[in-house]
Amino acid sequence: MATKQTRALARTMMAPAVVVLFIWMIVPLVMTLWFSFQNYNLINPMMTGFAGWANYTYVIGDPSFTQALVNTLILVGGVLLITIVGGTFLALLLDQPIWGQGILRIIVISPFFVMPPVAALIWKNGFMHPGYGMLGHLWKFFGLQPVDWFNQYPLFSVIVIVAWQWLPFATLILLTALQSLSEEQREAAEMDGANAVNRFRYIILPHMARAITIVILIQTIFLLGIFAEIRVTTGGGPGYASTNIAFLVFRTGILSNDIGAGSAGGVVAVIIANVVAIFLMRAVGKNLDA
Amino acid sequence: MARRVPVQTRIGFTILAWAIALLLFSPILWTLVTAFKTEAEAIASPPTFLPQTWTLDNFGAVQDRSDYVKHATNSIIVSVGSTLLGLLIAIPAAWSMAFAPSKRTKDILMWMLSTKMMPAVGVLIPIYLIFRDLRLLDTVHGLTLIMTLINLPIIIWMLYTYFKEIPVDILEAARMDGAELWNEIRHVLVPMAVPGIASTLLLNVILAWNEAFWTITLTSGRAGTLTAFISSFSSPQGLFLAKLSAASLLAIAPILLLGWFSQKQLVRGLTFGAVK
Amino acid sequence: MGSITLEHVNKSFGEVEIIPDISLDIRDGEFVVFVGPSGCGKSTLLRLIAGLEDTTSGHIRLDGQDVTDAPPAKRGLAMVFQSYALYPHMSVRDNIAFPLKMAKMPQADIDRKVEYAARTLNLGSYLDRRPRALSGGQRQRVAIGRAIVREPKAFLFDEPLSNLDAALRVNMRLEITELHQQLKTTMIYVTHDQVEAMTMADRIVVLNAGNVEQFGSPLELYKNPANRFVAGFIGSPKMNFVDGAEAAKHGVHSIGVRPEHFRISTSEGPWKGTVNVAEQLGSDTFLHVQTDFGLMTVRADGDQTFKHGDTIYLTPDQTRIYRFDAAGKAI
Repeated sequence: MATKQTRALARTMMAPAVVVLFIWMIVPLVMTLWFSFQNYNLINPMMTGFAGWANYTYVIGDPSFTQALVNTLILVGGVLLITIVGGTFLALLLDQPIWGQGILRIIVISPFFVMPPVAALIWKNGFMHPGYGMLGHLWKFFGLQPVDWFNQYPLFSVIVIVAWQWLPFATLILLTALQSLSEEQREAAEMDGANAVNRFRYIILPHMARAITIVILIQTIFLLGIFAEIRVTTGGGPGYASTNIAFLVFRTGILSNDIGAGSAGGVVAVIIANVVAIFLMRAVGKNLDA
Repeated sequence: MARRVPVQTRIGFTILAWAIALLLFSPILWTLVTAFKTEAEAIASPPTFLPQTWTLDNFGAVQDRSDYVKHATNSIIVSVGSTLLGLLIAIPAAWSMAFAPSKRTKDILMWMLSTKMMPAVGVLIPIYLIFRDLRLLDTVHGLTLIMTLINLPIIIWMLYTYFKEIPVDILEAARMDGAELWNEIRHVLVPMAVPGIASTLLLNVILAWNEAFWTITLTSGRAGTLTAFISSFSSPQGLFLAKLSAASLLAIAPILLLGWFSQKQLVRGLTFGAVK
Repeated sequence: MGSITLEHVNKSFGEVEIIPDISLDIRDGEFVVFVGPSGCGKSTLLRLIAGLEDTTSGHIRLDGQDVTDAPPAKRGLAMVFQSYALYPHMSVRDNIAFPLKMAKMPQADIDRKVEYAARTLNLGSYLDRRPRALSGGQRQRVAIGRAIVREPKAFLFDEPLSNLDAALRVNMRLEITELHQQLKTTMIYVTHDQVEAMTMADRIVVLNAGNVEQFGSPLELYKNPANRFVAGFIGSPKMNFVDGAEAAKHGVHSIGVRPEHFRISTSEGPWKGTVNVAEQLGSDTFLHVQTDFGLMTVRADGDQTFKHGDTIYLTPDQTRIYRFDAAGKAI
């Protein structure tokens, strides 16, 4: 509720943000779409013109695309599984009466503030390196042959690193949600004779359901675009074993200079992200009315 | 408030929680101690925990090899610059949406959020080409611009949720007291929203600092930020574990400290106000 | 000067018509109270006058000048909000000084005026505190102080006492009335509390569903309510209404009798009833009596000691029976 003057003013004040974001969204997207139907290769400048669906059939038809798609799904699914289960467990634990809760919170959240390339490099060299990584030392301590993680289990290794980064995020948000549950509600459930398991099942879990949904959706958005962790560890390999869609586009478009095919991959990535985005927006949108 | 918990239970939970927390923290801890070891000690088998001889040589070597100071300066300019620029655009927009909402406000907010969901790879190629043609590749201002655009939706959203908590009565009182829009924002809204604006600033500096897609793809030498700096350590050259740790520590320490301060606001910012 | 004229003011939010058509003439120096149940449009009407909302059609004149399209800052009115709306980040002194600062008054004048307002309102020792450190009543005074320093053409009060506890409310009521007598500036006061309306107003506007039901002095409204709505709204406890056969005896659709206009007897009277609840206030006793025409509220003096189940007889004061037609209009 406001006057016409205020509303007119409001539109003016909103204009810069709207215009800037509109350009940011629409111009590159249209260009990507355009390129995806063009023959456009920086190495082969002779080949130009309309390509029809050629770029799409080339990208989607290539076995590397199928593998990248599968890898993307495994990567997202694996990280989600670890972070949601682990995060719920950790949140419940941190909510217990323990000494040093404040410091613990800070320690647990720390990995989230480590920039992706650093996280990847620490894990790669300090932990997963078969020669001098900490895991190698641990394996040797038990008399086992150290594992060459990035060659033998490239995708799994990337999942571990990414999960390590996102577990704190899930924990922190679930803990916040948990702590917003009123003490009275828990006490009421206790008065009604619910034991710990039942309290978790019927009171705590439903209360956290929305936070869990939000964690899943937000993480998915970010996880679909995992890039730096792959770039500095496996470089997408061996072969295409740890290449996801985001990295495939980078490989095709920037490393191989095939703008047309890279753009087609980009469009596919946008479509996948949009499907997820619709669900996220619904969840967040509902909250707007509350 | 609640009843007393048996001490044994409390001890049990405390031990378990600390054990898990330290396990999660171990990579950071490893970086911290290794940064002060000699290269020989860093790869010793079996490994040592604390350095036997503490050394600061690694930090000097990192500076000589990759010019930490230059990259850190770029990181600061890009993250702080993009956040300030974002706030400049976002404060008026958030004012409008929080205090003079229309039927479309919700749609606009949702649409802004949706731009955040667009995968970077989807627009990487055109942005790369536009930057190349406008000679913005590998420039600090080009990167600042991109970072502003990436984080603008989050900045607007965070400010919007903070502004919504300010009673509109107080802004109306200012209007009745004869304040024009500029005075209303400067003397009433902004001072009242200082905590919210500060958290927004902090979180977005963190996000920009750690952004590792555009900083890597759009820079090479001159405008490289710390994410690019650290990526240059991805291919091992001889004895380098301690130097890598020193470089990593230098790259994450400032933001780790900031992050510890802002962890409460982080939840709200990253969930677009959906979890408080 | 501060006369306020509304001419055919209409306000709609989309399809919803909050105020269909109101015309009012508020004289300079008058204390006018807008009263009505919640949702009757009284706050909207005040906000229209303030300029915080714009009219859908119609005109608002201030001292004869058309201000319909002027922004609030240009109207020269001061408003006291229900929530007080103090600036939490400013000291009391800066709160009161804010409108003067906005008017670009020289600092020396500002200081003088703030000191004066603080003395008038007994705020002297709180000037350097933040609003959060003040009690509800003190906050209310600061809000009033902020309003009076700029010497507005009129004061607008939006339910200013509803956040205070009962005792304080009575005090502040007196203070605001005294302030009016002292300043002689036009005041418009919105409340849902008819006691506030009766005790403070020179004239009362009774609003219902966006329409003016009656505009007149408190006693006029009490003695000659224009319709059944005003009759029921003004006066406490509420007037008792009787429809049907008993009303037909008076040749009308319905009749109304105020609780204070009954004679009570234990032996005889036209209306027989049983005491349901007796509320003893000391000075008065309110009896809720079940009669053949429904539940009646009756005011007896404080010494009466009726209790649940007692049979009593009520005689309405024949000269003070209100008569209404089918549309609820007073006859």
